[in-house]
Amino acid sequence: MPRRTMVEAIRDALDVMMARDPRVVVFGEDVGYFGGVFRCTEGLQRKYGASRCFDAPISETGIIGVAVGMGAYGLRPVAEIQFADYMYPGYDQIVSEAARLRYRSAGEFTAPMVVRMPCGGGIFGGQTHSQSPEALFTHVAGLKTVIPSNPYDAKGLLIAAIEDDDPVIFLEPKRVYNGPFNGHHDQPIVPWARHPLGETPDGHYAIPLGQAAVRREGAAVTVLAYGTMVHVAEAAAEETGVDAEIIDLRSLVPLDVETIVRSVMKTGRCVILHEATRTSGFGAELSAQVQERCFHHLEAPILRVTGWDTPYPHAQEWDYFPGPDRVGRALRAVLEE
Amino acid sequence: MTRDQLLQAYHDMLLIRRFEEKAGQLYGMGLIGGFCHLYIGQEAVVVGMQACLEPGDQVITSYRDHGHMLATGMEARGVMAELTGRSGGYSRGKGGSMHMFSREKGFYGGHGIVGAQVSLGTGLAFSNWYRESRNVSLTYFGEGASNQGQVYESFNLAALMKLPVIFIIENNKYGMGTSVERASASHDLSKNGAAWGIPGEQVNGMDVTAVKEAGERAAAHCREGKGPYLLEMKTYRYRGHSMSDPAKYRTREEVQKMREQSDPIETARKMLLEQDVSEAELKKIDDEVKAVVQEAADFAQKSPEPDEAELWTDVLLEAPVMEAR
Ligand SMILES: Cc1ncc(C[n+]2csc(CCOP(=O)(O)OP(=O)(O)O)c2C)c(N)n1
Ligand SMILES: [Mg+2]
Repeated sequence: MPRRTMVEAIRDALDVMMARDPRVVVFGEDVGYFGGVFRCTEGLQRKYGASRCFDAPISETGIIGVAVGMGAYGLRPVAEIQFADYMYPGYDQIVSEAARLRYRSAGEFTAPMVVRMPCGGGIFGGQTHSQSPEALFTHVAGLKTVIPSNPYDAKGLLIAAIEDDDPVIFLEPKRVYNGPFNGHHDQPIVPWARHPLGETPDGHYAIPLGQAAVRREGAAVTVLAYGTMVHVAEAAAEETGVDAEIIDLRSLVPLDVETIVRSVMKTGRCVILHEATRTSGFGAELSAQVQERCFHHLEAPILRVTGWDTPYPHAQEWDYFPGPDRVGRALRAVLEE
Repeated sequence: MTRDQLLQAYHDMLLIRRFEEKAGQLYGMGLIGGFCHLYIGQEAVVVGMQACLEPGDQVITSYRDHGHMLATGMEARGVMAELTGRSGGYSRGKGGSMHMFSREKGFYGGHGIVGAQVSLGTGLAFSNWYRESRNVSLTYFGEGASNQGQVYESFNLAALMKLPVIFIIENNKYGMGTSVERASASHDLSKNGAAWGIPGEQVNGMDVTAVKEAGERAAAHCREGKGPYLLEMKTYRYRGHSMSDPAKYRTREEVQKMREQSDPIETARKMLLEQDVSEAELKKIDDEVKAVVQEAADFAQKSPEPDEAELWTDVLLEAPVMEAR
């Protein structure tokens, strides 16, 4: 089976959908002629022309707003925001327009669109190239929020997102574009070419939104993670020897509550991970869901390992990033209760 | 420009050039990490504009900010140490290349979000107007940034209230990998404020004397209470957008031609030699600049890493309380 990096898998998903569906239009800053700063759209303008893949001026408000209009009148726009940290000028269009159009028109109009954004830290990007704003989307009714952790999922989820009839925020943890970074920043990463999840079939396949994947089966504790933190969790489980069951959520809204509940009922313990700041992070929602449904099965308080409640630092990145040591400590702690 | 002014400008431009070359070297050696945007090629813009300022005037710009800081007189060592993320940096390692500030020198940053500083610069101008001071806000942004909506919201407010702000578009022809023709329907960006009646000029941003003359007209306009002024500086960046730039969007020849035919430092040098400045005098400036840059590089490597406790400071006035996890 062909092996792809996450960048290649995303590009392939766009290519497959542009070939199948003339309504799919891809655009964003440096996306057309240049091929995208992370090369996710390289070659698409040459192949499909500048009306199907074009360079947007630097104007996030405009990019998102135009996508809403395109979607309302029959197209399937896939907009790229160069880094998730730059979506704020377009946030009003996401919240007030994209997410609300279906509801306020009683279903007459919808905004079927995908907004792709590289997110997350670990690239020494400081406060304007490292943020994890997923909770700002999951908090808004009318949006779906998806975040793959590997090439196979990235392609299948992106295709499903483009085919979805509602607006989907598609977050791409850029630190795993080229390999499964596990938080050990002083060690080289394994390239996706040597990882089973680098195998991505050619052609069309979709992974339904709202299905989590169990990455590692275990009996002692359930770990809920997504994006880069899935790989950090795997490293921590291996290094501590804790028999953890690691669930890669893949999609935050819709959320696969069933898979989560089944696992926590089995293990009786739960650790939640994310890079984003802690207060009002998505981990708070996960913790509440688990508590509401599994209270009588819990043998220890639910723990969260997250970014600190500070802006993403420049020089002190590895003091901020919730790496395998911090995760490992939480795995042990939750077992000691 | 007088002979002495031109000599000073030559010195200041050369300092920026050598500083940036050194930053590029340290980056290559892995001593500087993250995002780093060099100003090489554009030196005449900030040096010419700085020559029009009075004490109390403000400067604000984007992430391509090293040149602006050096032009305001901020110390090379503090800038370089911020690039290496050390405690001796202007933001004590919190900001990095894109985020430095100096109240003393009237430098309001260093901003990573494209276009954001234009509204902030308009707010600085409002403060000048409110205090009835003569001061002017120099608000720099790129031609790529000129497509952000808030730029025009700022134009409107500044014109409406006659705020003393000079909007300076540094048109270096590219926003990252996208040329101005591919991103902007407007071809004469100096006219971008015309709808609000903001006077504008296109300026040869590779010639420090032309920049200073235009800057003086703009500053006089603002200080007389006539409202904002727009300068489009036609300039060019020689290096990549940031340190990781595949440079696939323009030809080597294009860059080479700009370097050979309109380099701002070479141009100033020729003008000085024509004004009977001796090679020896210029050599002395070269040596001085080199020494300052070397000292900055040494300092930036010796200055200690920030203390771990710095992770929690400056979020709010009171540091957040974090349980150890
Ligand atoms: C709101 C926002 N969108 C996108 C970016 C990414 N970005 C950084 S620099 C840049 C190009 C800006 O070009 P220009 O304004 O011409 O300035 P130059 O880099 O040429 O100095 C882009 C798109 C950003 N930092 N902020
Ligand atoms: Mg530019």
